[in-house]
Amino acid sequence: MEIDPFIFRLSIFILAIFVGYYVVWSVTPSLHTPLMSVTNAISSVIIVGAIIAALAGDSKNIFDTANIFGYLAIILAAINIFGGFLVTHRMLAMYKKKKKEKKVN
Amino acid sequence: MSANLLAIFYLISGVLFILALRGLSSPETSRRGNLFGIIGMAIAIGVTIISAENFSTGFIILIVLLVVGGLIGALIAFKIPMTAMPELVAGFHSLVGLAAVFVAISAFLNPEVFNLGFPGNIKIASLIEMSLGVSIGAITFTGSIIAFLKLRGIMSGSPITFFGQHLINLALGITIIGLVTYLCITQNEFLFWAIILISLIVGILLIIPIGGADMPVVISMLNSYSGWAAAGIGFTLENSALIITGALVGSSGAILSYIMCKGMNRSFFNVILGGWGATESSSKSTSKDQKPVKSGNADDAAFLMKNASSVIIVPGYGMAVAQAQHALREMVDALKKSGVKVSYAIHPVAGRMPGHMNVLLAEANVPYDEVFELEDINNDFANCDVAYVIGANDVTNPVAKTDPQSPIYGMPILDVEKSKSVLFVKRSLSPGYAGIDNDLFYRENTLMLFADAKKMTEDITKNL
Repeated sequence: MEIDPFIFRLSIFILAIFVGYYVVWSVTPSLHTPLMSVTNAISSVIIVGAIIAALAGDSKNIFDTANIFGYLAIILAAINIFGGFLVTHRMLAMYKKKKKEKKVN
Repeated sequence: MSANLLAIFYLISGVLFILALRGLSSPETSRRGNLFGIIGMAIAIGVTIISAENFSTGFIILIVLLVVGGLIGALIAFKIPMTAMPELVAGFHSLVGLAAVFVAISAFLNPEVFNLGFPGNIKIASLIEMSLGVSIGAITFTGSIIAFLKLRGIMSGSPITFFGQHLINLALGITIIGLVTYLCITQNEFLFWAIILISLIVGILLIIPIGGADMPVVISMLNSYSGWAAAGIGFTLENSALIITGALVGSSGAILSYIMCKGMNRSFFNVILGGWGATESSSKSTSKDQKPVKSGNADDAAFLMKNASSVIIVPGYGMAVAQAQHALREMVDALKKSGVKVSYAIHPVAGRMPGHMNVLLAEANVPYDEVFELEDINNDFANCDVAYVIGANDVTNPVAKTDPQSPIYGMPILDVEKSKSVLFVKRSLSPGYAGIDNDLFYRENTLMLFADAKKMTEDITKNL
């Protein structure tokens, strides 16, 4: 008897939800905004679907409707990936600790 | 590249994404975490392109699009002011949603490429996954656009409600389920488009009844949706990176929504069903004009703070609106020079998105170890000389503890009232978002500073 590959994917999914649950609870509240922007960036990994769709079919027929939707999705996801990671980086660079040499008096 | 090797690479990027989120547990490790995320993304994109083995014209177009999209994204990321972060995140969510819709459409039109069967004869499981992905994606798309418009101020932040709203949403939701079922039976292309169209409408209807100050919940919720949409597409494409990411993002958004709801002591459904601010604001604003209010100027405030030994700053959305974070930091620097101990107290729902105030303070070079969450600082108000409330209101209202009739009853508040004196920077006596009068305004130890938050803070600094 063979197990349907769907069950394997479902297992990954359920386990990843649990991983996500524990990992996100450990995120410090002061970094909740960067958390949102970085989750935004990584959810754009949907671009892999867009790339497969865009590169499908033979080279003579690259402007099939399906390809075009792939191209559009690539642009959107690319904006998100670069925008998301860079804005996260910009935000995280601002979080600094108290300077050591600071003296009162 | 063999399918197995490809799957292993996707698994690696999935793990790197987990590490990216893990890094956010402290600011020190967060930058490395972001780097993990970038590497994970690079691996996923790289192996996908290589495995497509199609280096023709399509490949060139792909690279051009990646560069164009990347440049637009980079430009936005560097230009955006920190105060505009909530609408930026909402805007980005809408792009994820739309991308999910587009990917699902091309999978539906050209299922052979993804091994899903043939047009008109797609595997049932794939059809269900695809429809789920496309539907959640479409809801995320229009919902985020409405959230974006509200946050940007293009659309009024006040809730839009009409009779039978929730019944219509329910009916549309049931219709979508019906259409998906019918689609699986008939494989009719028209039904697929109908699902997308109805989902787009649901997205709009779902967000318009929710008011401006509930936006932290909405943004978190849409964040969660964008994750579930990605997961749906991940199942369709049998891609573990996408499934893992979808699950991570989905649970992340759900947890943030929960934290935000808890910060307001409201249930998730109460927020989603909306209409709170609008109904309350009209009623209880009659008798307050009689009560005496002490108001002061920058000089009085400076005198009070200079002679204090400890000051707690309570920032809120008003600080973001007035862009007062830099002026505030300068004021605090001046106070520290004269030996005053200063810390910042952040309410979970201050601002328009989770962590909004923290980012603004970080931007103004406030060290993050001077910024405290509600539960860590609330006991300190009793020992503090001055609480400086800048742009916050409802989150300090003691009525949340005393009046069971109040709509904000039970909401955790910052115990500003316990400090020896309270300085309230505010434009007028108008009530906050919840539409209820703040008792603190009329207290003996409260001094109202009627002015723009930024201007007042600058004036105080001059007088220190």
